[in-house]
Amino acid sequence: MELTGAQMVWECLIREGVDVVFGYPGGSIIDTYDAMIDYPIRHVLVRHEQGAAHAADGYARSTGKVGVCIATSGPGATNLVTGIATAYMDSVPMVAITGQVSTAVLGRDGFQETDITGITLPITKHNFLVSEISELPQAFIEAFHIARTGRPGPVLIDLPRNVAMSKAEFSYPDKVDLPGYRPTQRGNVRQLRMAAELLNAAARPLIIAGGGVNRAGAFEALAALAEKYRAPVAMTLLGIGGFPQSHPRSLGFMGMHGAASANMAVDKADLVLAVGMRFSDRVTGKASAWAPNAKIVHIDVDPAEVGKNVAPTVPIVGDANLVLQQLLPLVQPCEFEPWWSLIDEWRQEERSRDILKHETEELLPPFVVSRISALTEGQAMMVSDVGQNQMWEAQYYSHDLPRSLCTSGGLGTMGYGIPAAMGVQVGNPDKQVWMVAGDGGTQMTLNQWGTIAQEKLPIKMAILNNGYLGMVRQWQQMFFSSRYAATPIGSPDFVRLAEAYGIPGLIVTTREEVDDAIRAAIAHPGPFIIEFRVKGEENVYPMVPAGQTVREMIRRPLPSERCLPEEAK
Amino acid sequence: MRHTIVALMEDRPGVLNRVASLFRRRGFNIDSLAVGHSEAEGISRMTVVVQGDDKTLEQVAKQLHKLVNVTKVFDLNGSSVSRELALVKVHATPANRSEVIGLASIFRANIVDVSSDSLIVEITGTEDKIESLLELLRPYGVQELTRTGVVALARG
Ligand SMILES: Cc1ncc(C[n+]2csc(CCOP(=O)(O)OP(=O)(O)O)c2C)c(N)n1
Ligand SMILES: [Mg+2]
Repeated sequence: MELTGAQMVWECLIREGVDVVFGYPGGSIIDTYDAMIDYPIRHVLVRHEQGAAHAADGYARSTGKVGVCIATSGPGATNLVTGIATAYMDSVPMVAITGQVSTAVLGRDGFQETDITGITLPITKHNFLVSEISELPQAFIEAFHIARTGRPGPVLIDLPRNVAMSKAEFSYPDKVDLPGYRPTQRGNVRQLRMAAELLNAAARPLIIAGGGVNRAGAFEALAALAEKYRAPVAMTLLGIGGFPQSHPRSLGFMGMHGAASANMAVDKADLVLAVGMRFSDRVTGKASAWAPNAKIVHIDVDPAEVGKNVAPTVPIVGDANLVLQQLLPLVQPCEFEPWWSLIDEWRQEERSRDILKHETEELLPPFVVSRISALTEGQAMMVSDVGQNQMWEAQYYSHDLPRSLCTSGGLGTMGYGIPAAMGVQVGNPDKQVWMVAGDGGTQMTLNQWGTIAQEKLPIKMAILNNGYLGMVRQWQQMFFSSRYAATPIGSPDFVRLAEAYGIPGLIVTTREEVDDAIRAAIAHPGPFIIEFRVKGEENVYPMVPAGQTVREMIRRPLPSERCLPEEAK
Repeated sequence: MRHTIVALMEDRPGVLNRVASLFRRRGFNIDSLAVGHSEAEGISRMTVVVQGDDKTLEQVAKQLHKLVNVTKVFDLNGSSVSRELALVKVHATPANRSEVIGLASIFRANIVDVSSDSLIVEITGTEDKIESLLELLRPYGVQELTRTGVVALARG
């Protein structure tokens, strides 16, 4: 059958199992949009293309499927860039389709021409400029294959307008032809045996789950290993959701703002089993002093991650799910008794410092997040923005569901929250989706409320309004003598603004109102916002300052310690 | 430490750009880079000489390998033959022309162009050999120089 390039786009997407795309039309992509009407694919019209990329990202992270976004050439394509870079840093499977000027004007600065394949070269796993209609089906099958296999990532397809308009016979290839791309699946048996020997000889082991556990869907394999081996499991920010927070073996979230007990466990461990992680500086602090007493077994699907930041004793290249399954029978159960007692001591001490244990009348963000966690019973799909809100969400929401947190880790993209939540809700129509963001990040992308209202996405949005770009303010307070340069930020009346979009909301200023507001949001069938006017100058603790070690970790002062400086004044 | 790395890659538009962009982005220092056809149709062969310790080198090779269009990457530090070609335009007057030609012939270099006040010398060999000849030609005045970058094959 003869089809236009524009029709082929949708034929290909359907064959790849796509039923929803996030996008925004324009001149160079108009033919593709015209063809779309005839295909059973849902299109979600965003309010800015950055949101299309974040929505595709949220869809992908929360479902494990490839997210698809589409935009026109020039400004449409460049608006995608932040979202593509966000997905690249966090290894999110995504295909971005951009319109391009016709090949006849390509390279001559045509109207709305940008070299988007050039621009996205370092932030995509691969990209394609389809210069002939005959290359189109192959580009699509390869794009999806590359995006979802191995270490997942975004792939961009740039489609010149004349290619979309031209006609050719269509047949979808049955296989990819990528001689240079063969990701390793199963772990090497010798490496596995060496790893098992180390695990079986360890006295103070620690498993760390990275984002790879979520990407590979290694939830059961990891739980089985932790239960058999009886070792504690800590999670990186992107590893959250990879292992149930309420599991007795869970130490929670580790890294710069991770649990002190989890970071201390890294420091004292004699063996670290790192699963699907890349030893980012936010995880390790000073990499050379990280886990100083430990032998390291590193499982990762990307061979280039082995030894990039931290040199492992035993690397195993392969899919986290398969490798953990291979490792399971080789590992012997152990009690690790003195180790668990030590960990319990740390946890007890940690609890005594927990802000939630302190008497206070103030409306504190950790309290808000812990109430959302309690009232949704840890069963919500969570999305967080970037900043203090993100860290509090990670610390105080008890994530028990696989893939239940979408957050921008590697790039730390403010404004990710609202649009990513759209993708999560679209991908999980029957689940409750909550988004937690700051007043700053909310203002970056709240134009997407238009999309949320139009698509009737029942997302619950909690804005932690502290009147500051809080995370930067915290650094200024701690490391720049409280010189608050450009961090106090004003906000509109969020509830009235949401109302203008047809989204109801509530303002919460006291602790007493918190539960009722959260219940009201849950009870409301559509989208809902709650603006929590929280304490302004609250800090995220603990904190391992950038490039330092656990020994320099800044802890939350105990109530007795807190009084001292006040009295001294 | 200097290493010679060879990468085989699909001969497609933009592939060289991907490789160059990768070196820049990852901050790898390259001494030379040469690309051309290989024995297999549709496959180009790139030879890169890089500076760095073993860890850097391992990253160069692994990151290159991650490029979808790169089919094979290997390090050529064992027993291998490496060659480079240089064209050198040297200032030479009728008075000292024969001196320059004499030097060139010691290095088995060819004179490929002669004009009233210059010569073009073509030399092929290891980098060291080229450096040595250049050293000797400099006093006469090297007006222009172009080098291809090293290409190499494993022996046997
Ligand atoms: C797009 C972008 N710009 C700037 C930053 C730097 N940054 C990191 S956290 C932060 C403050 C965030 O403020 P807000 O959204 O109010 O959250 P809070 O930290 O107060 O919870 C800033 C400016 C960023 N991460 N992303
Ligand atoms: Mg704020």
